[in-house]
Amino acid sequence: MTIATVDFVPTELARGRGGGGPAPTRTVVAYGFWIFLLSDFVLFSGLFAAYAVLSDNTAGGPTGAELFNLRSVFIETMCLLFSSYACGLGALSAERRRLGHFYISAVFTFGLGAAFLCIEISEFAGMVSKGDGPSRSAFLSAFFTLVGTHGAHVTAGLIWFIYMVAQVAAKGFRPHVLRRHLCFSLFWHALDIVWVGVFTLVYLMGAR
Amino acid sequence: MPVFCWTALAANMLIVAAFPVLTATFAMLLLDRYLGMHFFTNEAGGNQMMYANLFWAWGHPEVYILVLPAFGVFSEVAATFSGKGLFSYRSMVWATLGICILSFMVWLHHFFTMGAGADVNSVFGIMSSIIAVPTGAKVFNWLFTVFRGRIVFTTPILFLIGFMITFVLGGLTGVLLAVPPVDFVLHNSAFLVAHFHHVIIGGVVFGALAGINYWFPKAFGFTLDEGWGKASFWCWLIGFYLAFMPLYVLGLMGMTRRLQHISDPSWQPLLLVAEAGAIVIFLGILCQIVQLYVSIRTRESRRDLTGDPWNARTLEWATSSPPPAYNFAVLPSVETIDAFWEMKRKGLAAAEPAYQAIEMPRNSPIGIVIAFFAFFVGFSLIWQIWWIAILGLLAIAITILVFGWSEDREREIPASQIARMERARLGLGRPA
Repeated sequence: MTIATVDFVPTELARGRGGGGPAPTRTVVAYGFWIFLLSDFVLFSGLFAAYAVLSDNTAGGPTGAELFNLRSVFIETMCLLFSSYACGLGALSAERRRLGHFYISAVFTFGLGAAFLCIEISEFAGMVSKGDGPSRSAFLSAFFTLVGTHGAHVTAGLIWFIYMVAQVAAKGFRPHVLRRHLCFSLFWHALDIVWVGVFTLVYLMGAR
Repeated sequence: MPVFCWTALAANMLIVAAFPVLTATFAMLLLDRYLGMHFFTNEAGGNQMMYANLFWAWGHPEVYILVLPAFGVFSEVAATFSGKGLFSYRSMVWATLGICILSFMVWLHHFFTMGAGADVNSVFGIMSSIIAVPTGAKVFNWLFTVFRGRIVFTTPILFLIGFMITFVLGGLTGVLLAVPPVDFVLHNSAFLVAHFHHVIIGGVVFGALAGINYWFPKAFGFTLDEGWGKASFWCWLIGFYLAFMPLYVLGLMGMTRRLQHISDPSWQPLLLVAEAGAIVIFLGILCQIVQLYVSIRTRESRRDLTGDPWNARTLEWATSSPPPAYNFAVLPSVETIDAFWEMKRKGLAAAEPAYQAIEMPRNSPIGIVIAFFAFFVGFSLIWQIWWIAILGLLAIAITILVFGWSEDREREIPASQIARMERARLGLGRPA
């Protein structure tokens, strides 16, 4: 076979397709995190599908209508949504390098997120104490797993958020800290989207 | 973009979209086993069929995750060793993306016999036949790429030719199985075993072996021994047909899969043929080990100094072998599909470009550290040694937190170093 020897040296800078070089780090990081979020949505879609299949299989146990208290779920939902709103305000104050505003919004982001979690835990504890735990029926298995996976995400998010605030306090608004905070914001808002699905499919449709 | 990049992209999109379903499914299974929940159990409203559905909602895209990169390898191999551009690049890309979508619409053909009903089975039977269409388009593209080319018979293109014949036959038995009434007869039989080995070995394994022979010099800087490579190809090809063709017949004779005994003596002769085939395949694997050993021993005489040992067409061959960490000192201008071929054809003047510093991500051990602890978590969960599992999870969390505090994950390769490396490669002497 022939072996070509080529003294190839590109003489021009890129100008064809893909010209202009790599995207800024901030874009690359956010894009990568979006892909992670998409995979997380797919994970939740598996749990949603399982819930949709099993939601009527109560095996003689309680139904959603008997278990769910829409008033507390409404308060829970508002806590999560306003936590995200505060997180958005925090991102804006980080953009403007206003540390004071950032800390105030951080208190609300964390406080409201923690309140959401407390309401969810008390709902779970109430159900388990009445003997309606996740092993009572397929419906409750799917319910606890779907809602609990969301809750586990919120818990992880709260730990992550403390860590982010600590990094801002220790390092200030450095580019890599801002990029990580951007990822946290995306994560926190994505959990809202999942919760809208949970609220609709599990609570609104289940409480009828 | 080279077709291998397209197929790798498509496979990665499938990975992102399909694997979380497996994660969710295994999480539910784990909760059933460890916490007494009722997702897939036989009581309290659990649904066993849901497990088959969820598993294959991941499992079928997974077979395309396996085979799409192999399709990409063969597209590169076909073009390179035929000395021609890939036939109908656009249809190749569309077929790849079409397979990407369709792969999520056929999962139920793994369990036609579960009793989903004639309507559901019909839909999935038709979808499973339809997915053969873009694959068929690809086969024609490879055929027309090789057709009237100046073929250089290297190990990779032997695997391509073996693949085209083997994979088409395996695909046809797949279309046969996609017909639900046929599947009812052949489900769980040796016929099915023969079918999926036919496409996995004839497609994925041949593709991987072609890819190893093709890109080995790029990755390690020296070529693999052709003689032992060809010997391994012939062993694989002959061994495959000896091992798996009898299984089709055995399936039609009523042999089910996963037997640990032979329930009908009339199967014995064909099973012996299959065993002989397995031995020939084993010889093929031995040939590969010898090929690797011989090639490493004689690496000094088989160094790839040009970076382009095959007279190839795509941009990776424009770099040295092995390529530097920054890959391209200056971003190449890409105007055509076979960008490197075009550059060689035009014979660009060897004027030295102005090198600039390149920012690179630093190497990070976090992946291997997490994998180390995850191994202990997985092991201890299986054997229910809870304290190791908890310790392992804690270690993973601490690893993430430590890594999450770090900074300076990028390093800059200075322009002077790039200029020195590029000049050394091109034999231009030291910079003034």
